[in-house]
Amino acid sequence: MEDMSQYPLELNGDDVPMVRFMNVSKRYGDLTVLDALNLDIQQSEMVTVIGPSGSGKTTVLRMLMTLEKINEGVIYVDGKPLTHMEKNGVLVPASDSYIRSVKGDIGMCFQHFNLFPHMTALQNCIEAPIHVLKMNKKEAIERAEDMLEMVGLADKKDQHPIRLSGGQQQRVAIARALCMRPKVMLLDEVTSALDPEVIGEVTNVIKKLVAEHNLTMLMVTHQMGFARDISDRVCFFFDGKIEEQGTPTALFDNPQRERTQQFLSAVKSAD
Amino acid sequence: MGSKKSLSLKPLKRIAMGPIVSIYEGIQSAIKSLLAALLSGVEVSGRVDNYLEFLAKFGDRLVDGAFITLEQALLAIIVAVIMATIFGVGRVSTSLLIRSISTTYIEFFRGTSLIVQLFWIFYVLPFFGVVLDPYPAGFIAVGLNLGAYGAEVVRGAIQAVPRGQYEAAYALNMSARLRMRRIIFPQAVVIMLPAWGNLLIELLKGTALVGLISVTDLMFQSRQIYSLSYAAIETFGTILIIYYLIARLLITPSMRALETRLSRNLKRS
Repeated sequence: MEDMSQYPLELNGDDVPMVRFMNVSKRYGDLTVLDALNLDIQQSEMVTVIGPSGSGKTTVLRMLMTLEKINEGVIYVDGKPLTHMEKNGVLVPASDSYIRSVKGDIGMCFQHFNLFPHMTALQNCIEAPIHVLKMNKKEAIERAEDMLEMVGLADKKDQHPIRLSGGQQQRVAIARALCMRPKVMLLDEVTSALDPEVIGEVTNVIKKLVAEHNLTMLMVTHQMGFARDISDRVCFFFDGKIEEQGTPTALFDNPQRERTQQFLSAVKSAD
Repeated sequence: MGSKKSLSLKPLKRIAMGPIVSIYEGIQSAIKSLLAALLSGVEVSGRVDNYLEFLAKFGDRLVDGAFITLEQALLAIIVAVIMATIFGVGRVSTSLLIRSISTTYIEFFRGTSLIVQLFWIFYVLPFFGVVLDPYPAGFIAVGLNLGAYGAEVVRGAIQAVPRGQYEAAYALNMSARLRMRRIIFPQAVVIMLPAWGNLLIELLKGTALVGLISVTDLMFQSRQIYSLSYAAIETFGTILIIYYLIARLLITPSMRALETRLSRNLKRS
């Protein structure tokens, strides 16, 4: 059994990160997907995770969204534990209702958009604000229309997902997540399923988000150019660990580790 | 066996659904009048010499029976859909208790025969103080039976909704109940409709058994007609066609229309 007393009940002080992974491990049977991960993401920071497939990068996002249970360690969001809760002075695995009370700060967009097909773009955006945040309908619609405007789809608000292109669907998905006013936004390979010619419309929206909103973002992507353009920090994952991290310039132009160099040159030659 | 309370739907039907009932009865008598008009020249003697005479003599009974069969089927569908929804959703519950109750219901009603269930509900339940008239006992038995099959259809459809839908709803911080009610179930309905089309036809045919507890449905009427006329081919040939027509002209098109309507925004036209 893990000694839980090593983990603080909450994070205090001036420099509390927006997200902290502390000693987080994830295993499927004998396979270790993530091995004692320590990663802090600061308020308003844009962190990109890159790495070969199977390196555990998507798992990082899914653990933070609590779509995956972790085997060891604690994840903190805005100073509060997310995966655990306090009981008699120590941290114990969190109940579903506790997790819900904390993960409201986190929004996520997926590779395959996952819009609700039986609802229009606008209905997709107002569903959770009305039923989860208990906003009144008028307010929720105003917010949703603002967000759809922001992603450039105000005129498509009454369309069902099936009548939208992949790029448009992903932009609606971004608007839908933003309608919940998250503090942390997770982007899981949001351009990977898109046709090349529409990738730009999605990356432009994300650039706009970074520039105009005070969001903390964690993004997994295969688009190195995009990662270099907008990230504050890039983490290279290899074999369940952060092999190397740094500013985009440092990591892309002057990688220190051999595996990073190999990965980057392999990606470059594929382009 | 002490005091029995007998459940009859007749009064309820009259009060709550007055206008619908009168339209319904209007249709029924219109069909009878039409039949009478078509057969107005046919002499009915003592015995039945040809099919027109057969119809002139027994047509009214067949129409009555067909309508009782329709009512039984419709009410059984309501019971089946309610049961299937409750226990189909229950089968995927996170609570072991709810899952076990659902599995028990499904296994019991799928694993034993409809006719035995019908007799239990009508003849055995009175020993436990539950006395039902033949009419409600009939459609409740058929509904419970088909509801068990339906519950498995509902479960299958819920599980066929892509996992990404669950994840997206979860990421929007929806509660389990809200996810099911607003996101998963509405999509499952579209998936389960074709299978329901099958089940409803099965259900219609299942109602043929309610005659055995003296509900005056089509099967019951036909057996009476046969014992009066010995016209086996005419009697059973006619009801065969009536059953087929109900399935072909009412159930199948309604299900098609429902499918088209519900998947309207899900498929590119």
